[in-house]
Amino acid sequence: MSFMPYVAPEQLMKDRSDYAHKGIARGRSVIGLEYAEGLLFIAENPSVTLHKISEIYDRIAFAGVGKYSEFEELRIAGIRLADLRGYQYGREDVKARDLANAYSQALSTIFTQQMKPYEVEVLVGEVDGEAGGTGIYHILFDGSVSDEHGCVAIGGQSEDLMEALRDRYADGWDLPTAIRTAVQVLGTTPETREIPADQIEGAVLDRTKTHRRKFRRLAPDEIASALA
Amino acid sequence: MSDDLQLPLAGTPFGASPSFVELLRRERPGSMPSEPTTPLGAPHGTTVLGLKFADGVMMVGDRRATAGNLIADPKMRKVFEADDYSAIAIAGAAGQAEELVKLFQLELEHYEKITGDRLSLEGKANRLAQMIRSNFPMALQGLVVVPLFGGYDLRRSEGRIFYYDATGGRWEEDDFQTTGSGGQSAKNSLKKRWRPGLSRDEALRVSVEALIDAAEDDSATGGPDPVRGIWPIAVAVTASGAQDVPEDQVVAAVEAVVQERTSR
Repeated sequence: MSFMPYVAPEQLMKDRSDYAHKGIARGRSVIGLEYAEGLLFIAENPSVTLHKISEIYDRIAFAGVGKYSEFEELRIAGIRLADLRGYQYGREDVKARDLANAYSQALSTIFTQQMKPYEVEVLVGEVDGEAGGTGIYHILFDGSVSDEHGCVAIGGQSEDLMEALRDRYADGWDLPTAIRTAVQVLGTTPETREIPADQIEGAVLDRTKTHRRKFRRLAPDEIASALA
Repeated sequence: MSDDLQLPLAGTPFGASPSFVELLRRERPGSMPSEPTTPLGAPHGTTVLGLKFADGVMMVGDRRATAGNLIADPKMRKVFEADDYSAIAIAGAAGQAEELVKLFQLELEHYEKITGDRLSLEGKANRLAQMIRSNFPMALQGLVVVPLFGGYDLRRSEGRIFYYDATGGRWEEDDFQTTGSGGQSAKNSLKKRWRPGLSRDEALRVSVEALIDAAEDDSATGGPDPVRGIWPIAVAVTASGAQDVPEDQVVAAVEAVVQERTSR
């Protein structure tokens, strides 16, 4: 039997939280914002195949930052939950709030009970959800969840990004404006730079799409022309 | 599926299964569709057909569901888009057919979301065969559901049709295929009318004609019903996707066939 020295719970939680913060800070950030026709997610991502943003269900999308293997696991769990629920009940019964709650519960359990916390932050976005509006839920590594309005940034330098984003954000942008601004904001930290279009991953939940699946990845030339 | 694969030393799952059916069986076994012990008395769907044309494939079905000698539903739908580039048409017990279609559509969507990639047409056709074998063993005796599957193969740039037979086999068809109680009549009709490289309008016309022929010979197949406005349902799958053929085009095709027959 191994000998466990006493560690105060405050210290334990603080250590875990510092550990998770450090892990997340190593990665790049994601921005989610509302534009005239829906919800836009923009990430700085040098890989074209390993996505940070993806589709969960008809009106729901997911974005994760931090450790790829961990947010990928959360993404798959989210798709499974949504598809099972949609099959057992109805497609309109799958809601972002339920997913956000599930993520929050799972991450909180992992944070308190596992050896190491997940080094992730995730966003769950929804268009035409409850009350017809757009919702973005932001879930942290310890399971704390917040309901964001308008725009949100997650990842390493999220506080600086959030400040830059709030300064510029306005309601009712068209898509190219939203893409351009989000990319500019991502380029403000850690140092000001211009991020090339091929390093940008983007996707939207497009309310105007006639198909029931509102998620759409932005094509590279669509991003490039918005930045030009 | 692959969720059961484990690394020998770590004992952790290796790879996430992209199958919705496996997930449902594991997590919610009570929600798996079950098959009736006797197929009698359940509403049956009847003639569906699929054929190739110049741009892809067209799948067409009549609308009648029968239970014994009663017409259970005069406007049942038997042809469905399975995903963006494929369609499935089903003859058989209505409840099971609908359930199979719903599961199959979800299976394709789930795969696409989990892996971030669409299944190949070959992959979809194989998966359908496995789903029928494992969930509807009675389908193999031709009693419950017998599907036709058609789609546009983006890698080969052509339309392809698959059908499933009593041995559980999956066969690819070069030109056209029919299934259901009126299937034989429809097939005979298509043998005379079908030729390679039909245009979309011609394809619609010959398939509607085959359905009318089937309805003449088979009491369980419903012909077009202008009085109540019930028309066959057609889905065309081409390089630009799977889409319902608009009803006015179906009506025009039916009227053309009727006109030709009354004037001779």
